[in-house]
Amino acid sequence: MLKDITIGQYYPTGSYIHQLDPRAKILATFAYIVGLFIVDNFFTYGLLALFVLACIHISKIPIKYMLKGLKPLRVIIIITFIINIFMTSGETLFSIGPLNVTIEGLYQGTFMALRLMFLVVGTSMLTLTTSPIILTDGIENLLKPFKKIGVPAHELAMMMTIALRFIPTLLEETDKIMKAQMARGADFESGNIINRAKSLVPLLVPLFISAFRRADELAMAMEARCYRGDTNRTRMKQMIMTGRDYKALSIMTLLMAMLVYIRVSF
Amino acid sequence: MDKMIQVENVTFEYTNNEKQVIALNKISFEVKKGEFVAIIGHNGSGKSTMAKHLNALLLPSEGDVRVQGMNTKEEEYLWDIRQVAGMVFQNPDNQIVATIVEEDVAFGPENLGVKPSEIIERVNNSLSQVDMEEYRHKAPHLLSGGQKQRIAIAGVIAMKPHCIILDEPTAMLDPSGRREVMKTIKKLNEEEGITIINITHFMEEAVEADRVIVMEEGNIVLEGTPREVFSQVEKLKELGLDVPQVTELTHQLKSAGIDLPDDILTVDEMVMNICRLK
Ligand SMILES: Nc1ncnc2c1ncn2[C@@H]1O[C@H](COP(=O)(O)OP(=O)(O)OP(=O)(O)O)[C@@H](O)[C@H]1O
Ligand SMILES: [Mg+2]
Repeated sequence: MLKDITIGQYYPTGSYIHQLDPRAKILATFAYIVGLFIVDNFFTYGLLALFVLACIHISKIPIKYMLKGLKPLRVIIIITFIINIFMTSGETLFSIGPLNVTIEGLYQGTFMALRLMFLVVGTSMLTLTTSPIILTDGIENLLKPFKKIGVPAHELAMMMTIALRFIPTLLEETDKIMKAQMARGADFESGNIINRAKSLVPLLVPLFISAFRRADELAMAMEARCYRGDTNRTRMKQMIMTGRDYKALSIMTLLMAMLVYIRVSF
Repeated sequence: MDKMIQVENVTFEYTNNEKQVIALNKISFEVKKGEFVAIIGHNGSGKSTMAKHLNALLLPSEGDVRVQGMNTKEEEYLWDIRQVAGMVFQNPDNQIVATIVEEDVAFGPENLGVKPSEIIERVNNSLSQVDMEEYRHKAPHLLSGGQKQRIAIAGVIAMKPHCIILDEPTAMLDPSGRREVMKTIKKLNEEEGITIINITHFMEEAVEADRVIVMEEGNIVLEGTPREVFSQVEKLKELGLDVPQVTELTHQLKSAGIDLPDDILTVDEMVMNICRLK
């Protein structure tokens, strides 16, 4: 039952965007996030929306699937919207008790909610079109220049790889332990929150013990295979930026320039 | 130089909260290049501890271990030793590092600083040697135990070792997985001339070796060809070890008064000998 959880939610379609270099995609995503904070009117939002729709279309990911990512966040989005409506001072539209709803508030609330939605949709574009492993490699590569100032780029990437490698194994194990405990009469589903939390103890203890044992053995196996951090280490897969990566980055730059221009001159 | 491994008077003790366990007690043996050695012995007899000495994961408290003449105590040889003597562990899940089969096989050569084009070549070769080419893009957790263990072996082969130490590689596998792994090991020994040290609890696997070493309390108590070792049924039983089924049968037939030679190891030999009776 736990196996159904998909991590990183990679959605392979083999589209143009899927094939882009992960570094290009990460950089573009950063630019996009910055862009979201430059945008300050409905016209530029419209521009951004067009861009996002175009990306979704090219990526061949169904829009429905993209919007599913918003579902877990709807509460936060609604709360943001409501807080902004009431907390912004300005010309009062109407009031509910002591709370005033202002025109500026409505404007601000809609803006913030839109910004959040764009943020989620845009960034999930990155994880939906890039497998977690490739994403990790991309992050490692981008962080490399910062190694001099002490950013442990390789170590971070290695940690992520190992986490990705062991998540399915540990989920499987959790499943097994749960079934074993249930066979002995353990009950994970009923009772109040405290009882349920208590019933997790006999699940977590063996799981932790086994995770530590695994870590120990894995470390030994890695050492036996000459692992010594990234000193003198090469990679089988080389990352190469090609024409289409530069094209994608150029389009992103152009869009950013437009957003900045509109913001400054109107 | 035809010696792969020399172990001389090695003693090793684990110290755990002031308690000392002597895991190896003045043990000595040698392994020749190209040999296939099986190490047996009951739980806690020091087999894994021994194995970890052979590629410098543990260093002897006393005595010396040499791999192709390189003493494991000398730090400058550390990475050479680990490249020459590869190691495969018992639990297939806990020795696979990467999320894709081919990336895991590449892990060793990457650590050695081999250049990318050669890594790809080595990965191809290693995967074909263990018959796992079609799984190269799969995630390891989707493979069977035997397949995972073959990937672990491929990961070691890709480092071009001269010797592979396997610490109960088949202990967590089903019979068919066990056969797959044994077949792979034998092939590497016969076709590539790689020295094999196979630690096992399965006597049927030990029979396939050129030489069997029996350990007890951190030392060697019996050593010889499978025939020599397994003909000493009484002694093995005293040590709390099983003997291969065929050997057990011979032993029982003999004690029932039937005249058979001591050193029958395979079913075929048994058939031959029984047909010859009377
Ligand atoms: N990390 C450790 N700390 C303390 N004592 C240990 C440690 N590892 C092993 N020992 C002890 O050293 C002795 C030899 O253990 P070892 O693991 O080498 O045996 P083994 O022959 O591999 O057994 P098995 O067949 O169960 O794998 C045992 O008495 C064991 O309890
Ligand atoms: Mg052991």
